[in-house]
Amino acid sequence: MADEIDAEREERELVEALKAGDESAFATLVERYHPSLVRVARSYVGSEAIAEEVAQDTWVGALNGIDRFEGRSTVKTWLYRILTNRALTRRDRERRSVPFSALAAEEIDGDSAALDVERFLPADHPQWPLHWAVAPQTWAAGGEDRALAAEAREVIDRAIDALPPAQRTVITMRDIEGFSSEDVCNVLEITESNQRVLLHRARTRVRAALNEYMVDQ
Amino acid sequence: MTPHGCDPPSLSCRDLVDLVTDYLEGAMDPATAASFERHAHDCPPCLEHLEQMKLTVRAAGGVSDEAITPEARSALMERFRDWNAGRGG
Repeated sequence: MADEIDAEREERELVEALKAGDESAFATLVERYHPSLVRVARSYVGSEAIAEEVAQDTWVGALNGIDRFEGRSTVKTWLYRILTNRALTRRDRERRSVPFSALAAEEIDGDSAALDVERFLPADHPQWPLHWAVAPQTWAAGGEDRALAAEAREVIDRAIDALPPAQRTVITMRDIEGFSSEDVCNVLEITESNQRVLLHRARTRVRAALNEYMVDQ
Repeated sequence: MTPHGCDPPSLSCRDLVDLVTDYLEGAMDPATAASFERHAHDCPPCLEHLEQMKLTVRAAGGVSDEAITPEARSALMERFRDWNAGRGG
C-alpha cells in the first residue's frame, strides 16, 4: 500500500514535469505504459497496427488534455480512460459509438447461454442433481510447466481473441496487464459485479481452450 | 451457521463452478466461502476445476513485458516536441 502511494506520488510529479514541458518525464511515462496501452488497445480493435495508432493517439490526447488533469484519478486511470474512449471511437467508426458500460450490459444480457452447463447432470436428476456428468479430466503432473509454455501462450491468446469484446478487454486488463478489479471498474466505468461476470465468462472460456491443450498429450 | 443454528444450504458442483470467480475474487460472504471450501475439499472433480481455473489465471498472466519499439518511441517523442513547440515550450 505504501509502495502504491509512493508510485502514485512519483507519477503525479512526472505529470507536473510534463506540464512544464519536460521531455524526460514524457519518455519515462511512455516507456512504462506504451506496450501495455498497445495490448489493451488490441483487445478493442483487433489489429496490431491499429492498436499502435490508438495508443499513439492516446498520448497525443493526454498531452492535449494535461492542463485539465487535476489528480482526481490516478495517472494510470486517466491514461487508460483516454485509451478506452479512443479505442471505442475507432472501433465503432462505422456505427454509433457506445460507452463501454453499454457494451458490457449488452454482452451480459445477450451472451446469457450458461457456460459449462453440459458438464452437469440436470437439476431434477433423482440421485445426483447438478453434480458433474463427466468429471473434469485431470491436467497431468507437470501441468504447471506445460501451461506456462510458449505453445500454451498461443492457445490462450487465440482463446482471448475469440471472446466477445467486453470479456476480451476485461480479461486483458485483469489477467494479462495485472490491473486490480477496482482499477478496471474505474477505467471502464462498470460495476464490480458486471466486471466479475465478464471476467468469469472470459476465464471459463480460456480454461476450456487450455483444457483441450492440457489433456491432449 | 444461520441464525437458526443450521448449516447454510450446501452448494452443488454446478454452483461451485458458477461461483469460482466470486471465490477467487474474494467477493463472497464468509459463510458461502466456508461452504465453497468444504465442498472443494471433499469433492475431487471440483477441486480439480478450482485448480485448473487458478492455473488458467496464472498462465494468462505469463506475458513477457516487451519494451517499446524504437520506432514507436521516436514517433512519440516527435509528437511530444510538436506539442511542446505548439504551446511555446
